[in-house]
Amino acid sequence: MRLSELANPSRFNALAERVLPWLVVATALAFALGLYQALFVAPDDYQQGATVKIMFIHVPSAWLGMLGWGLMSIAALGTLVWRHPLADVAMKAAAPIGAAFTLICLVTGSLWGRPTWGTYWVWDARLTSVLILFLMYLGVIALWRTVEDPSRAARAAAVLTLVSAVNLPIIKFSVDWWNTLHQPASVLRLSGSTIYPTILMPLLIMAVAFTLLFVTLHLSAMRNEILRRRVRTLRLMRAAAANA
Amino acid sequence: MEALAALLRRDMRLAVRVGGGALMGVLFFLIVVVMVPFALGPDLALLSRTGPAILWLGALLASLLALDRLFAADHEDGSLDLILMGRAPLELAVAAKALAHWLTTGLPLVIAAPLLGLFLNLAPAAIGAVALTLLVGTPALTCIGLIGAALAVALRRGGLLVPVLVLPLTVPVLIFGVAASNAAVTGPVPFGTPFTVLVALTLASVVLGPFAAAAALRHGLD
Repeated sequence: MRLSELANPSRFNALAERVLPWLVVATALAFALGLYQALFVAPDDYQQGATVKIMFIHVPSAWLGMLGWGLMSIAALGTLVWRHPLADVAMKAAAPIGAAFTLICLVTGSLWGRPTWGTYWVWDARLTSVLILFLMYLGVIALWRTVEDPSRAARAAAVLTLVSAVNLPIIKFSVDWWNTLHQPASVLRLSGSTIYPTILMPLLIMAVAFTLLFVTLHLSAMRNEILRRRVRTLRLMRAAAANA
Repeated sequence: MEALAALLRRDMRLAVRVGGGALMGVLFFLIVVVMVPFALGPDLALLSRTGPAILWLGALLASLLALDRLFAADHEDGSLDLILMGRAPLELAVAAKALAHWLTTGLPLVIAAPLLGLFLNLAPAAIGAVALTLLVGTPALTCIGLIGAALAVALRRGGLLVPVLVLPLTVPVLIFGVAASNAAVTGPVPFGTPFTVLVALTLASVVLGPFAAAAALRHGLD
């Protein structure tokens, strides 16, 4: 099923309905495995004790918050450059999900920082740029809601998404460019990861689980958005017919 | 080229003659800078330490509030459609409008900043640094605001949408502008380091802002 064949909303909905049950099962299984690994198999940290296990939620949500904006940027290109009909649906559906994961990242990080750093919040480069990412998510959601016509809103949101995508490399490299309290990169580094495998494997399994959750939520949100637009069109048609 | 010069002159004349122009922005800047000591208290040492930040925040907010003068009036009376259909490239026309906006809104803020620095008990080095960083940074604020104004051009009840969209994008300019101003007065960091980054941010936004704003106008006005 090529991307251009998926441009038909009805065909996309049909495919989504077929795929979603499997995705839900896969997500549940991945979370079961990941949580078991994270809570019972991964060892306690020698300094932080069991507190380190917040990482198994904090890091995947951070990755997914950034993945959400990356997905929105690709969808924005699809809207502006290739005019794919469902690209703006993908963009609109991803925004609240990405915002939620970014919020989970900020809250879990704050709760993790209190016992380990001694403070709920610090204005270092990593935390500040992730907070800015969260504000940008809220801004683009506000833009979607303020412009009434969905296709005009789509193009405006696409431009804003692409302009704000400059924040993503800033977040990724903030711990390298600045002296931050947040620890430097330890998984995705050019010289290989620095985490011990007993903690790295549960982290990666949780990351897969979170990603499956994102895909599941995103597909259902896209289906809902397509149905919502159909309802809107039908309402407009009915209002026009009543006036005629 | 002549069309761009004509657009520039028209925008500047409109900004000067029509109410709510340059002086309103400076007046808002003044009011904000006066309000802060009411909130912080009259401790002169505290005011002089936070002075560059207060001046930068005031200039940022004043620039934000002046943004709706960029495109809204032209959109309402149809001249924006004429600009879109004209022979000059839309990016250059938007850049000309941005230049007119900066000359009539941003530059008066830069000129007012040293006087307001006296209210905040800033040292002469700090006043000079704030004025210089504002001179370099206000074009960046204008060009980043250009994007938000273009995105919201067709909205009737835009409300606070433009500030919500623009403020996260202006955060780097604010951070480096204040860092450069503070570096001129205190600290081991030389003035040049954050100032160079500020100049880079301005150059980048002067190029990218009109492109993004033109794209937003083109796509948003069909």
